[in-house]
Amino acid sequence: MSLLELRGITRTVRLPDDSRLDILRGVDLSVGAGEHISIVGRSGTGKSTLLNILGLLDAPTDGEYLLDGTPIGRLGNRRRARRRGDDFGFVFQQFNLLPGRTALENVIAPLLYARGRTFWRRHSIAASMLERMGLGDRLESKPEQLSGGEQQRVAIARALVRTPRVILADEPTGALDVDTGAEIMSMLDEIASDTGAVLIAITHDLAVAARATRHFRLGEGVLTPITIAPRTSGTLAELGDPLTATDVVDPEAVPALAEVEAGPA
Amino acid sequence: MTGFVGALVEAWGELRIHRLRVLLSLIGVAVAVAAMTGVTALGDITRQAQAELSEAQSGRPATFRVDAWSETATLDATATTAAFREFVDRYQIEQASLVTYSTMPVRMPMATWDVTVQAVDPPYGTMHRIAPIHGSWFTEADADRFSPALVVNEAFLRELGVADLSGHPTVLIGAGEPVLATVTGVVADLWPGAYPEAYILSSAYERWIPPNPEYFTVPALEVWVPPEDAEVAEEYLNRDLTAALGAGAQVQIYRQDAFGIEEFDRVFQLVVTGIGVLVLMLGALSLVNISLVTVRQRIREIGIRRSFGASSGRIFFSIMMESLVATVLAGVVGVGIAVVAVRNAPIESLIGWGAIQDVPPFPVSAAVTGLVAATAIGALAGLLPALVAVRVKPIDAIRY
Repeated sequence: MSLLELRGITRTVRLPDDSRLDILRGVDLSVGAGEHISIVGRSGTGKSTLLNILGLLDAPTDGEYLLDGTPIGRLGNRRRARRRGDDFGFVFQQFNLLPGRTALENVIAPLLYARGRTFWRRHSIAASMLERMGLGDRLESKPEQLSGGEQQRVAIARALVRTPRVILADEPTGALDVDTGAEIMSMLDEIASDTGAVLIAITHDLAVAARATRHFRLGEGVLTPITIAPRTSGTLAELGDPLTATDVVDPEAVPALAEVEAGPA
Repeated sequence: MTGFVGALVEAWGELRIHRLRVLLSLIGVAVAVAAMTGVTALGDITRQAQAELSEAQSGRPATFRVDAWSETATLDATATTAAFREFVDRYQIEQASLVTYSTMPVRMPMATWDVTVQAVDPPYGTMHRIAPIHGSWFTEADADRFSPALVVNEAFLRELGVADLSGHPTVLIGAGEPVLATVTGVVADLWPGAYPEAYILSSAYERWIPPNPEYFTVPALEVWVPPEDAEVAEEYLNRDLTAALGAGAQVQIYRQDAFGIEEFDRVFQLVVTGIGVLVLMLGALSLVNISLVTVRQRIREIGIRRSFGASSGRIFFSIMMESLVATVLAGVVGVGIAVVAVRNAPIESLIGWGAIQDVPPFPVSAAVTGLVAATAIGALAGLLPALVAVRVKPIDAIRY
């Protein structure tokens, strides 16, 4: 059984002029335990919306989302919030560390929503997580005293401190230079593999995307499986420009995919 | 359990992080609560001063004055005095006094004055809140003195040519058979340029001062009874004294304390409370203002917390509690400031009515009102960002 399963997920918003904007159009996705997935696509194609739906931060307009075989749509807000805390860890592009709090306090923050021993031992758990991220000497540093890479490592420590089953990373290297980005991705991959967590990363950096075991492209609200060969650099231009296409892009029909081959779902 | 403790830890963390904002809120609310509580307390003290002033003049609630006279003949002063005393003894009224207005000759160093004198009993001092500035008011023991005691006003003392009572000043009083009286107490002049006046004990007056035919020399009786017993006291006074003084006598009883002051009190209280509420509303506005300004930054944080699994209920609780904790603290500080200010302010000179004998304790009701108001403001000011936080979608919040 899949850990996560999306069936025909759509997400529509009503614009101020009362017209409808379809952000996601019938997305199907099935993810098993321990898989690393990357989703590429240009800005405004609905990547973050998809990630938010996966992370129970947003609800689909239509379609079914099964988590461990349980339809999420039937859960109340409270239980959904609890599952979000228990099962998901978020890594954001802008790190989103809580301002004014130390690295340690930032990592402790999710543990305030834990129960039992994890809650009461939150200090030692958070400290050892930061040590594991190589930040043992920066526990008391505030975000503004940390470099971008360090901030993202704190954010990753915070996302992983409750040992989530799914790590959702929204452009995790978007605000970092290439080398630091690569280092952060290695770290994320490694920890996800160690804990057996699913890693779903959204990116427009093909080098980052290529690290995953399965690749998808989101264009015009449609999720299409693709294959990306391992590389050290690459841009979305190689995938063509889905923003200009009015119809769903069939990857096989895009000639520019010289190195990028369409793969099976 | 962990949920509640977690929310507490979170609220405390927020307070710590947003120290400046919390401090600003604290100052605004504390000042507002201090102002409201202080105004209410000052109002209470002013009312007390007003009440004391009126009580000094006409007695405390409930004071009855009994006048007796005869339309056909001259009433026998001795018999009337006896009837009054018997009444007071019979009902064991502790606070009662005979009152006779008259004049008596006093041989001052420069001339003999006809000084206005009030012959009273010792309880009269308590009944009319008489507080001597030098010496003391009469006691029961003063009745046994060979030299009658006098409590005089400052003008009397000045005319006597002495500064204070350290030399136990004496003065000759009375006409045909003068007696050397000792001044044992001095009260403040009621107004600048007052004439010499004196109080003397009824017993000494009867013994030493010949009746002045120009004055109505039958004493009146004043009794101070608990307000709840006023009706019964009036009925008994009327019944017993009419019977005791016989058919030829008229007995008039009237209540002379300023009762009916409650209406003034009510209006005064209303005005004071109104001012307090206005001041508090200003404080609340500033707090809401600060909350609104910071709501932007907070929404993002709330979004991040939502990603950790914070339910909307938990977010709401957390923000409300943070606001409440801050304002309750501010309220306590505000009430503290008000207590210190009211205790130390030169209220008596501010009011300008002279000394207050029974300075009312700091009104608990004002303190409680202040705290309740602070809490209500905290709830209201917290409600706004809390509602916004709960309604905003987590994704929008994170991207805010």
